[in-house]
Amino acid sequence: MTDTSTPLVEIRNLSFARGNRMIFDGIDMDIQRGKVTAIMGPSGTGKTTLLRLIGGQIKPLSGTIKVDGVEVTDLSRSALFQLRKRMGMLFQNGALLTDMSVYDNIAFPIREHTQLSEKMIRTLVTMKLQVVGLRGARNLMPSELSGGMARRVAMARAIALDPMMMMYDEPFTGQDPISLGVLVRLIRELNDVLGLSSIVVSHDIEEASSIADTIYLLSGGKVVAHGSAQALRDSGSEWAKQFMNGLPDGPVPFHYPAMDYAEDLLSVGSK
Amino acid sequence: MLNFIQGLGHSGLSFFQRLGRAHILLAHIVAGVPGMLLRWPLVIQQMYYVGVLSVLIILVSGFFVGMVLGLQGYNILVDFGAEETLGVMVSLSLVRELGPVVAALLFAGRAGSALTAEIGLMKATEQLSAMEMMAIDPIRRVLSPRFLAGFISMPLLAAIFSAVGIMGGDFVGVGLLGVDEGAYWSQMQASVDLYDDILNGVIKSIVFGVVVTWIAVFEGYDAIPTSEGVSRATTRTVVHSSLAILGLDFILTAIMF
Repeated sequence: MTDTSTPLVEIRNLSFARGNRMIFDGIDMDIQRGKVTAIMGPSGTGKTTLLRLIGGQIKPLSGTIKVDGVEVTDLSRSALFQLRKRMGMLFQNGALLTDMSVYDNIAFPIREHTQLSEKMIRTLVTMKLQVVGLRGARNLMPSELSGGMARRVAMARAIALDPMMMMYDEPFTGQDPISLGVLVRLIRELNDVLGLSSIVVSHDIEEASSIADTIYLLSGGKVVAHGSAQALRDSGSEWAKQFMNGLPDGPVPFHYPAMDYAEDLLSVGSK
Repeated sequence: MLNFIQGLGHSGLSFFQRLGRAHILLAHIVAGVPGMLLRWPLVIQQMYYVGVLSVLIILVSGFFVGMVLGLQGYNILVDFGAEETLGVMVSLSLVRELGPVVAALLFAGRAGSALTAEIGLMKATEQLSAMEMMAIDPIRRVLSPRFLAGFISMPLLAAIFSAVGIMGGDFVGVGLLGVDEGAYWSQMQASVDLYDDILNGVIKSIVFGVVVTWIAVFEGYDAIPTSEGVSRATTRTVVHSSLAILGLDFILTAIMF
């Protein structure tokens, strides 16, 4: 058993680059056990990349990522797969297998990883579907589901093997207010009822701050601020203030870097 | 000039990189094949998609190719008074060449393109990533059964093509043009050799099956995960498979016959 007082995920001095572009430049982060941690930042700051790094799908340039005391970057493929069985991940669009029904999608990881009887699998799948409120939709195909329903099915699939942690990649994007409310409630409830630790990557301030115990704000490859939602709103950081309040201008400028406006206009006239 | 040389070097390098990736992928796929032998339902399901659903196009094309062979063969042979040997001509052309080659070309267009599009879209919609995050190897779970299904289906489809083609030749030669039926079939039986002709044809179709399915699953797996990327990958599957089939056909013919 690992020490439960340590953070579930410990990221130290993590750097990652894509081509010549630095995505992360020496970030530190702790994901506490039993808590919902939100990772927020503008689009293109590498929030999804961070989840992939934690899941071991890509390797960092330097730095360490420890999940439940295990260094992810050093793991062999089979050890990594063992670790991933204890991680659930919700992809942005659910990533359901389109050639299988809702039922088979949720049964998929159970069938692949266990030798349970079909009867047992049926019981398990029914329980997972009940949690997300879609027991009646078990025979539908993914193409027949709305976006919000697809994400709930994907959630049921992600918790099929009772993981220790859940990672949500932009769970709130493009949802109507009702499914948004459902998703927000589900993420919090799953976390508390199943004793999970959750990481929510998002740029929806209101939703994420309503469920997150801790928020990390990312920008320009660095953690610019972290703390509870209230602490961030009250913080002196210009950046946190701009992001949390959705101000159009601030440390992230409204204008893309360009030459002087007046000069630009005059140069057109002189041609 | 310098740019031209640079471009040449760049495309050469990327060609060999792709070739390398394709071989590494093949090694992974083949490593997953023994596991699939224990999971027949998965393979049978794929054999339905790549094999059974291709049967109709193979039947129709095979019959037409056989009819054309019967017609053309008769017109040539009748000048030499050798129209009795029509059965030999039709069957040898089909079993040695046209059966494996045309069936493989059709297979590439019908099943290969579908495989690439399916796998490419699975990649684009993150289904493959999701499998990886569920600790399921997508190469073994998705690619290996499809590869095995293609490997098994191709020789069967080529055999069906040849058989139907011979019947097509019989329909035109014997039925419409009046070649003696006994001569058509008996000369065929006397001249077609199990090992030299049929077995070599089967070997060809096995090689084509491996190559076409390999190209198809590789292109899908290696596709850029966008609509445009998947469409390009699908085109490449058909073009590369067709070229590979025709090129390999020459090499195999030179070695075996």
